[in-house]
Amino acid sequence: MRPGPGGCCCRRPLRANGCVANGEVRNGYVRSSAAAAAAAGQIHHVTQNGGLYKRPFNEAFEETPMLVAVLTYVGYGVLTLFGYLRDFLRHWRIEKCHHATERKEQQDFVSLYQDFENFYTRNLYMRIRDNWNRPICSVPGARVDIMERQSHDYNWSFKYTGNVIKGVINMGSYNYLGFARNTGACQEAAAKVLEEYGVGVCSTRQEIGNLDKHEELEKLVASFLGVEAAMAYGMGFATNSMNIPALVGKGCLILSDELNHASLVLGARLSGATIRIFKHNNMQSLEKLLKDAIVYGQPRTRRPWKKILILVEGIYSMEGSIVRLPEVIALKKKYKAYLYLDEAHSIGALGPSGRGVVDYFGLDPEDVDVMMGTFTKSFGASGGYIGGKKELIDYLRTHSHSAVYATSLSAPVVEQIVTSMKCIMGQDGTTLGKQCIQQLAENTRYFRRRLKEMGFIIYGNEDSPVVPLMLYMPAKIGAFGREMLKRNIGVVVVGFPATPIIESRARFCLSAAHTKEILDTALKEIDEVGDLLQLKYSRHRLVPLLDRPFDETTYEETED
Amino acid sequence: MATAAEQWVLVEMVQALYEAPAYHLILEGILILWIIRLLFSKTYKLQERSDLTVKEKEELIEEWQPEPLVPPISKDHPALNYNIVSGPPSHNIVVNGKKCVNFASFNFLGLLDNPRVKAAALASLKKYGVGTCGPRGFYGTFDVHLDLEDRLAKFMKTEEAIIYSYGFATIASAIPAYSKRGDIVFVDRAACFAIQKGLQASRSDIKLFKHNDMTDLERLLKEQEMEDQKNPRKARVTRRFIVAEGLYMNTGTICPLPELVKLKYKYKARIFLEESLSFGVLGEHGRGVTEHFGISIDDIDLISANMENSLASIGGFCCGRSFVIDHQRLSGQGYCFSASLPPLLAAAAMEALNIMEENPGIFSVLKEKCKRIHKALQGISGLKVVGESLSPAFHLQLKDSTGSREKDVKLLQEIVNHCMDRSIALTQARYLEKEEKCLPPPSIRVVVTVEQTDEELERAAHTIKEVAQAVLL
Repeated sequence: MRPGPGGCCCRRPLRANGCVANGEVRNGYVRSSAAAAAAAGQIHHVTQNGGLYKRPFNEAFEETPMLVAVLTYVGYGVLTLFGYLRDFLRHWRIEKCHHATERKEQQDFVSLYQDFENFYTRNLYMRIRDNWNRPICSVPGARVDIMERQSHDYNWSFKYTGNVIKGVINMGSYNYLGFARNTGACQEAAAKVLEEYGVGVCSTRQEIGNLDKHEELEKLVASFLGVEAAMAYGMGFATNSMNIPALVGKGCLILSDELNHASLVLGARLSGATIRIFKHNNMQSLEKLLKDAIVYGQPRTRRPWKKILILVEGIYSMEGSIVRLPEVIALKKKYKAYLYLDEAHSIGALGPSGRGVVDYFGLDPEDVDVMMGTFTKSFGASGGYIGGKKELIDYLRTHSHSAVYATSLSAPVVEQIVTSMKCIMGQDGTTLGKQCIQQLAENTRYFRRRLKEMGFIIYGNEDSPVVPLMLYMPAKIGAFGREMLKRNIGVVVVGFPATPIIESRARFCLSAAHTKEILDTALKEIDEVGDLLQLKYSRHRLVPLLDRPFDETTYEETED
Repeated sequence: MATAAEQWVLVEMVQALYEAPAYHLILEGILILWIIRLLFSKTYKLQERSDLTVKEKEELIEEWQPEPLVPPISKDHPALNYNIVSGPPSHNIVVNGKKCVNFASFNFLGLLDNPRVKAAALASLKKYGVGTCGPRGFYGTFDVHLDLEDRLAKFMKTEEAIIYSYGFATIASAIPAYSKRGDIVFVDRAACFAIQKGLQASRSDIKLFKHNDMTDLERLLKEQEMEDQKNPRKARVTRRFIVAEGLYMNTGTICPLPELVKLKYKYKARIFLEESLSFGVLGEHGRGVTEHFGISIDDIDLISANMENSLASIGGFCCGRSFVIDHQRLSGQGYCFSASLPPLLAAAAMEALNIMEENPGIFSVLKEKCKRIHKALQGISGLKVVGESLSPAFHLQLKDSTGSREKDVKLLQEIVNHCMDRSIALTQARYLEKEEKCLPPPSIRVVVTVEQTDEELERAAHTIKEVAQAVLL
């Protein structure tokens, strides 16, 4: 989960990472002299570890323009003022109250939830609520059908008109490899298993819910990841929150990236271990914490830590950044810490053979102690897994909360995973999986490059299929989502509390199912809406080079 | 005159200064400087004493040896080697290659291999594929989800329902959505693991009361009331919750709901009910423990249940008034941050709900069967039946423990294995021994379903009796 509203514009001064391409250092997208100096430090750092990277690592987070930051704060200020005003009117019954209220019999109970949450929901979120939870009624593929809904009371309630908005371009689903389909090999296999097994299991793995299908899946996952053994769980979120407590406990230290997903945060909290946070993807920060932890031991008792576990994600889903895994592994080895890698978004979506971030950097899966990931995204199913050494998996089979207390994976869902994974591995005798992986990589580079050329501020790594486009101002969150839907494109917009308060953004998730034509349509509309809403904040225009092949990484800055 | 005298003193002092020898002046100067230094310097320096040199730090880092990531597991750990079920885990089940009658899966209503449920799931699969590829907020809400929430709310006769994609995560997310640090939760000692984890995540103060003991609960509530009177300002912002289960997973007993509701209003504490075992089991229409006791569902603040037992699908739901439930749509972690339930599982749950509504007789059949086997299992030498006679999941515990949990587990496992050989599939109730707040004694869990014929029930009871006699005597 993200930190609270404490973040301000200078919270993240500049994260322009240099890149090392063929041994030569190139600059990121940096303009002002102060920023250039900061970047120089970064580049120095990267050069030091340059040997660790076998491929260029281009990641940029352009600084928020000062004027935009100020205007964003003003925007929130106005919204808050109006919020108070309307709360005042509601209190005196001048404005009609729409929200559900406590039962009469329980009016004198202590109120069920806190006031600030309420205030934010009531006065800010409610105004643009129509941008979330949009119900769909088709496969979440490249195009999707959205149920039309209307609100006659300013989003307090929705009515379904019965119309369906057909063929909306889907830039929101995590369908990275395009396996969310209702036809083809996966569906057929899943249907067959469904008819044989039914959907439920009605028991846990340790009791009598361990199907032969589960064993088959786990063997396949292990061979896919290149690890000794693996175990599968029914829910990705729970894979983190129910297994981290099995691995660490009191007297252990968890070092967690500040932008880690809520499930990792929850798992860490439930474990009872001490948690320390390092700056997002910042290796100096991680190293300092590691060093201090070993040198000074536990606070107060001064005993040495029992073990140290580093929690990182492969791709950060709100930032679009890729973990600096080679450096993390080097640090982990140097300081004898353990590494827990959450590949929820990266498995399938990164690497020449789709095996995630380890494959992307060409590293050895043995160097990651706990390989965690989900089946929800690239495999178009649901659930999660953990892979690693046999001892680790044996321990989890006996001690994982999920194996003892939670119902195991549904058989048809397992079959979907098995079939799609075999397809990615090429075990189905086709090159379909390989093509999907390649298509996704191409789409990612193309889409990111075009957006940058248009002058949007785009966060993250150039190879990350998660593409955040910065909107900043609260009013633009709603406007962007609505304008895009009007143009038949479904996008995800996010604001506080999922992001720092001023860094509201739109997020596109690319898919191998997107054709060039679909992407071009989407880009054209984004360009138009970008002009309409004045979203082209970037001060570093790139020269559009139309006939550039996608795999060449020559981003140059232009002087204007 | 006084002023003249003072002037004289001053003059004398200046004169003395002139006359004093140089060494004296120097000494005094040094003394003054020393006093000033003492005044402005810190009394001691922590830094000097604790600062480690770079080399020392490196040595420390070199020296440190962490524990292994996981301790080694012995090869014959009772939970390491799972039973392997080939084919569907329905009425007839193949465990480790042996064909058995299933007395272990929570498939109470036998809906797991119901052709109607399968057909509905298949139709959904053909329309939507398998996964949803997103959380509810980001294009992961399907029309099926909305329909299922609607149906569940209507079935339970309440305002709103919310579905989760994992049974365990339902109550474990619902509790921390409301109960925060500083709030107080009164919870039954026998509460299941999902509740325990929810409470832990909430970081609230937890007060355990004796299992189903209302006087103990009232004692705790009274104590809290006294505490509140001492500090009324704090009491005004401290939420109080009572968390109970409809039918307890760990004991097979039913909660005394009418008393709980009375206490709720008396002490102004909200009730959260976990009904995973009682939903689709208790009550004339299977609405659970509220219907069983004839209590209005509005008196319960939140009901949570999974769809993995009676409904034989996957996932869970919470239901109650919109004022309560709607809050989870932004605050339920397992709802917001997890991919939504695959539509085929939602469709299966919906069809199962249809079947329940169409055949209300099914619940009395289940109750009959529970009573029958309950009666048949009385008086086994060495084993006692723990749990209500209307509960479709109850426990067989050793009458006399050997004194060591490990040995007890081995004995019970022997019984289970022998029953399995005689084609009755049973399982021990599994717990994480070190993690449970109040670890229940080891037991065999017997599960009754409507598909089991009277003859099978008799045979199961007979087999268990014989095997227990052989193993325990």
